Amino acid sequence: MIKVPYYPGCTLKTTAQNYEVSGLAVARKLGIELIELPSWNCCGVFPSLANDDLMRHIAPIRNLIRVKKMIENGIIEDQYRFVTLCSMCYHTLKEANLFIKDEEKLKKLNTFLEEEYKGEIEPLPFLKLLQVEVGFEKISEEVRKPLKGLKVAPYYGCLLLRPREIGIDNPESPSILEQLLSVLGADVVENPNKTQCCGSYHTVNNKSIVVRLTYDNLIYAIKNGAEVIAVGCPLCAFNLDHYQVEVKKIHFDFKIVPIVYYTQLMAIALGLGKESSGLELGLNYVDPIPVLKRFL
Amino acid sequence: MDLKEKVESIGAVDVMACVQCGLCSGSCPVRFTMDISPTQVIRLIQLEVIEEIFSSNTFLTCSTCFSCQIICPRKISVTKIMEALRQIILRKGQDLINVGGIPGEELRKLPPIALVSNFRKTTA
Repeated sequence: MIKVPYYPGCTLKTTAQNYEVSGLAVARKLGIELIELPSWNCCGVFPSLANDDLMRHIAPIRNLIRVKKMIENGIIEDQYRFVTLCSMCYHTLKEANLFIKDEEKLKKLNTFLEEEYKGEIEPLPFLKLLQVEVGFEKISEEVRKPLKGLKVAPYYGCLLLRPREIGIDNPESPSILEQLLSVLGADVVENPNKTQCCGSYHTVNNKSIVVRLTYDNLIYAIKNGAEVIAVGCPLCAFNLDHYQVEVKKIHFDFKIVPIVYYTQLMAIALGLGKESSGLELGLNYVDPIPVLKRFL
Repeated sequence: MDLKEKVESIGAVDVMACVQCGLCSGSCPVRFTMDISPTQVIRLIQLEVIEEIFSSNTFLTCSTCFSCQIICPRKISVTKIMEALRQIILRKGQDLINVGGIPGEELRKLPPIALVSNFRKTTA
């Protein structure tokens, strides 16, 4: 077992519990123990993009310091990296780290921190860890119930890919999710809008934007035959899932499609059982079980 | 400080580098609901036509997806320009959302990341 520090973030404990349950189970199966950061705080979602706004980078940096302390206290050996499942957390933590590459900013920031930080901790999304540390080939050897005949369309959203210095794959035409899904035996279908925004935080006070984007982001995947959409971000998952009912009010012939996390599909394909897939936690608006029950 | 200087200092961007090619607007997923396009907003900043910028909903509609940023041939972070404009309003102490007006039922339903990120963009 490799021990890797893990930052969950608030949403993995609430509306995305199915992501956490399946993610942790999959990691364990692949020989990775994800150890939750002790007393982590909110990452502050959405890094401040203002050049003069140091204050807002303190929350993410405090978490990075916690990782450093885990290493110093011998809870984990090595390597100055840690994992997040949530794309938004990853993005925020990574951006904070890039922000303080500027020495002057780092110096100023350190005057507000209880412990010195030098930018040595690197956040890594779980998907990337699977690719570089485990390797998709190894995952293919672990597959017990290949998702044969299951038509899955990928959806990346923004924050895992853009901007370039943060993205984990080609920002315009990524393929990491497709590679993983094919390893699981699924039939990957093309989703031309897989990198488009889901409407993000407009879900709070500008819902019509999210409804329109939900339609845009799903319609071509559905036309290509997708039975299920695989995502990696809890906000994308929420928006794409919960707004389909609104889309249907505008487009009567819209065929609803369940949204699942890629880790849930992995849990199923690796034969980890229903419980580890998190499918029965009742967090989906469009229930994925009817489509996936033939593999359970 | 004039508007262009303010935007350039908050966003650490070079507004004058824009050649008005329009790729940012073409790549914008929420352009359909903006009054004026991001390209036009940049031109208005260059020309210091302040009123038209702040009476538009363009910078409020930006969802910070970075599509414009990766496509810009002049490597301008249009996303940061939008953020700077938002910051100019927020730093006057004006909220862009009435947090108290969100129904309790909504607050329980929405993912925490949706609320936190929204309040980051819309509250002073």
